[in-house]
Order: sequence, then C-alpha cells, then structure tokens
Amino acid sequence: MASEKKVELVCPAGSLPALKAAVDNGADAVYMGFRDATNARNFPGLNFDAGSATKGIQYAHERGAKVLLALNTFPQPENWAQWTQAVDLAATLGVDAIIMADPGLLRYAATTHPGLRLHLSVQGSATSYDAINFYQQQFGIQRVVLPRVLSFSQVTRLIANTDVEVEVFGFGSLCVMVEGRCALSSYVTGESPNTCGACSPAKAVRWEEDANGRRSRLNGVLIDSYKPGESAGYPVLCKGRFEVNGQVDYAIEEPTSLSLLDRLPDLLKAGVVAVKVEGRQRSPAYVKQVTRVLRQALDACLADPENYTPRPDWVVQLDRVAEGSTHTLGALDRAWQ
Amino acid sequence: MKLAVGPLLYLWSREEIMAFYARVAALPVDIVYLGETVCSKRRILTLGDWQLLAERLVSAGKEVVLSTLTLMESESELRTMRHIVANGRYPVEANDMAAVYAVTEAGGPFIAGPHINTYNQATLELLSDLGAQRWVMPMELSRDTLMQMQQKRPDGLQTEVFVYGRMPLAFSARCFTARNRNLPKDDCRLCCGDYADGLSLGTQEGENFLTLNGIQTQSGLVCNLLTELPALDELGVDVVRLSPQSQHMEQVIGAFHDVIQRDVRPEDAQEQLNVVAGKEYCNGYWFGEPGMAAR
Repeated sequence: MASEKKVELVCPAGSLPALKAAVDNGADAVYMGFRDATNARNFPGLNFDAGSATKGIQYAHERGAKVLLALNTFPQPENWAQWTQAVDLAATLGVDAIIMADPGLLRYAATTHPGLRLHLSVQGSATSYDAINFYQQQFGIQRVVLPRVLSFSQVTRLIANTDVEVEVFGFGSLCVMVEGRCALSSYVTGESPNTCGACSPAKAVRWEEDANGRRSRLNGVLIDSYKPGESAGYPVLCKGRFEVNGQVDYAIEEPTSLSLLDRLPDLLKAGVVAVKVEGRQRSPAYVKQVTRVLRQALDACLADPENYTPRPDWVVQLDRVAEGSTHTLGALDRAWQ
Repeated sequence: MKLAVGPLLYLWSREEIMAFYARVAALPVDIVYLGETVCSKRRILTLGDWQLLAERLVSAGKEVVLSTLTLMESESELRTMRHIVANGRYPVEANDMAAVYAVTEAGGPFIAGPHINTYNQATLELLSDLGAQRWVMPMELSRDTLMQMQQKRPDGLQTEVFVYGRMPLAFSARCFTARNRNLPKDDCRLCCGDYADGLSLGTQEGENFLTLNGIQTQSGLVCNLLTELPALDELGVDVVRLSPQSQHMEQVIGAFHDVIQRDVRPEDAQEQLNVVAGKEYCNGYWFGEPGMAAR
C-alpha cells in the first residue's frame, strides 16, 4: 500500500539559513554543497565551508533530518585532489550520504570510505535501469536521482527493474537537457555544470537597456530581448528567444518551473522513495515556502492517495516562486516532449 | 594517427546514407562508426542494414565500430542496444552507462564514446579495467586536460578526439525540431530528416548559434582542429574523429589525411579547405576557451 510508505522530502540548502528553513518546515532531508566547484551550484555567496557544514549537520540531525552532500561535478586531472579531499571531508563531517556523478570519484569514495552511503546525482545521467544497475554493481550506490527526461510509464518500469532507491525532482527550475550531458553553457561561456558547477554563470551575464527595452547577453551572445515594461528573467541560455526557420520564439524552452504537485499519487504508486526540491541558489524564503507546501501535499497524498487533489492555494504559492511564474510536468507528460 | 568517421548524427534518406558510405569506402579513412546514436524513432536502417554496410566497409579495408544510442529511456531502446552489443563481430561504442553495463556483462571490448563522461584518469582506469580499448574525449575538454590525461593513461587504452563537425552538446527528452514545426514528438513525422545538417538556430541578431538535430543540440559552428593535428599527434592521440556533414566530406577527409601523412602542411590544407567549405569554424574548447570561440 502506497499510503504505508514513507517518502522523503529532500530540500535545498544553499546556506545555513536555508537549511534551517527547510528543516523547520518539514524537510526529511536537506542537501548542500561545499563552497567551490565540487558541486553543481557553484554560485558566489552560496554553500558551506567545514564550519558552517558542521553547524548545519548538527542542526538537522538534532531535529531528525538527514543531510546529503552534493559532490556532483566532474573533476579534471589538475584539480582531482580537491574533489577527493571533499569526499574525505564529507566522510569526516558525518553526512548521511554523498551525491556524486563522476565515475572515477565514485570509485574513490566506494574504495576509500566503504561505509559511506552513495547516491547517484542527476548529473550522472542514468536514465535506464541498466545504467543504474551499472552504478550499483560498480560502486554500491543506494539511490539514484533521475534526470528530468522520463515519462511516467518509463519511471514506473525503471523502478520495477532495480532495487536502487529512486528520487525524482518534484519542484523547481526545469533543466530541459539530460543533466550531466549538456555542454551548452561551456560552448558560450567556457564554464558548464560538469566542469565548473555552473550553467549560464552570472559573471558572463550582461544586461543592456535603452529606449527599445532590455537585452540580456551571455558572454556577448544575445539570449533575449524585452520590450519596455516586459518582465525579464535570468538569461539561462536554453530559455531565451531565438530565431529558427524565420520564427523568433522560445525554441528550446520557455522560462518555467517543474511541478509534480498534480501527479504525486502516481509517483508514490510507481515506488519513488524521495521527492526533491530544486533551488540551492534560491533564498531561505523560497525554501521555506516550497518546503511547507510540499510537506503538506506529500502528507495529504500519503494519507489518502485516492482522494488527493492539490489545494488551489498550494498551486498559487508555488507559482509565485516559480521561474516564469508558471509550471509544467516536463518530460513526465508526453505532450511536453 | 588513424582517421575515423564518427556515427552519422542526422537523419538522411536511405539512398543518401548508402551513397555516403559507398564514398567513404573509397576514401582514406581507417575506422567507421555505424549506427543511430541520437533518436530511436529513426529507423531508416535496421541493425541488419547497418551490419550489411559494415561488411562492405570491412571488405574495403575499414575497421567498423557499431555505435549505440546516447539517451536511453525505453525498454525497446535497451533491447536494441543489447542486440548491438551481442553482434558478435564488431566492437561497440558505448554512449551511455547502460551500454557499458551490457558490454561488460558480455565481456566484450568497447569504445567509451564522447558522452561517457571521462573527465579524469580515475575514470580512464575504471573504463580500462572494464575492458575499454579506446575512449573518446568529451567535447568540452581542452588540450591541457588531454595532456594530463595522456600522462597517466592506462597501458593499452587508446585515445580518440573529435576534430571536425558540428559538436553534439546536449540531449533532451524533447524534440526541438518537432517543436519548431508545432508537432508533438509522438507524431514527429521524422521532420528532422528535412535538415541534412540540422536546423540552424540563430540569435535575434542573426548570429549562427546552435543547431537543432531532433532531441540533440549541436554547436552552430563546425569544430575544426585540422591545424592542430601536429599537436594531437605529439600528445599521443591514436584516432581523430570526423563527424559526417552533408557537404564537402570528401575534401575534409582528404585534408585531414594529407596532414596526417605529412603530405601537406596544416596551414596549406586549411587554406585549401577554406576555399570549398568556408572559413567559419570554432575550436575554443581545445584552447580552454568557450567552445564557440575561434583561434
């Protein structure tokens, strides 16, 4: 029975205040990263050093919440030692699991810290049970975070064919590409999620404004232009307006967020063990708001999946903090694909 | 240094595909990768057809590798991949860990394709331990990174670098070509087949930016490392990969062959190629810069 199952709510902690907001508002687990390129949200002013991580872990553990550490970028020869040191530090700090993507680093962690629980990051690009079983066989991963490319029936079949736990994104900014396999950002800026832990990095962004409106550029490349008064969003390069076949439009994706609120019962029925909220780069207020809504929704769904429907005020609250103030089911809905 | 023709990334007609590989059979390339790596809905050629093509290329003296799909989502895609792995004759290019899993279960040799994220020597060692005979460097890595990878490369593991063509940069569940045509992916009518080199995506200022190729997004510019062949050779690169484009491939193959054979100086070969193929290239990744940059 789905209703007897425990489903973990995993929330983003880009800072100590965000971590506290998540724990205080019902997160079962939080995920964080160190203050460097070892994680996929390597943004100025975010993340944890050893001291703040220790405080955060203590805060979460005292309140019964787990702490997961994202070490989910791909180290290169010149900085390999920085990544292995981060794995060692994570093991010392006593996190509940490390979320990793790089096969070489997974091997290092599995051999050096055999007791450490390993999760395969969304950046590991595992979209089938064969791929997941590879990571399980090689490194003993216990959980996988699925890239946002599978339909409901594909997720269901995948879960039925692996005993690795499956975590899915339930809310947050939508990555249109298979995570871990997108080099668009480095094509434009030289930095990508894989290499530097950043997509469309802020230092490459430039805004221009004149009587005709505003334009956003990424390393000089025009990502979008806005008429005077038109609301403008952060220039994530796949969510700009481009010209294809003579039409100027959102050729790849429009600014929108993923929200699976409508389909939580289906996810639980499929056997998902954890629902993740994206947004370590977002404010503690966002974390508080989203955690609170998702907690209520998950509890309602777990208690009575047959009669679950998202409350209208939940939808309003989530859309308020969503990218583009709107949401989609993404690839889970075949029509989106 | 051997010359390879990478897997065809576009949807061409059966006649175009046959004609292309008939030409390749007669051209000075050593290795040919065959198979569909982008979208499982493209079934212009069956695995049997690819194997027939493989026989012809082997008869013409080529080494053949069968490539597998990069983004695997469905059961039928896994089945096709397992059939390829079980072909019993040709090595397989694994483009996803699902294929690495299948190939290691089968105990066969394999080539770790450009979409297996091989970013460091620990991953090289892992792949080598699993039976990889060659790895293909990910698109976004630089010469300097390659140099360090080469220094600690496991014995017997060959290195291949993508040196020509529009670079495959991203994969999605969504088909962007169908999106442009207002078609759902489930009824895409194989519209990507209308664009022999992909569908060009420009900025609002008319800059050639990216190329839409179904669920794959490529660079707008063609990557070209022709003049870097001496540096690649010096780094001990075993194979260089040319990615099929619909235009000028004979001249491209000829130019790379001539430089590898030291018959023509790289700069001269490049100048000759510019006459037919134009001067718009990128090579930024190689120099540790944004991929679209050119030196």
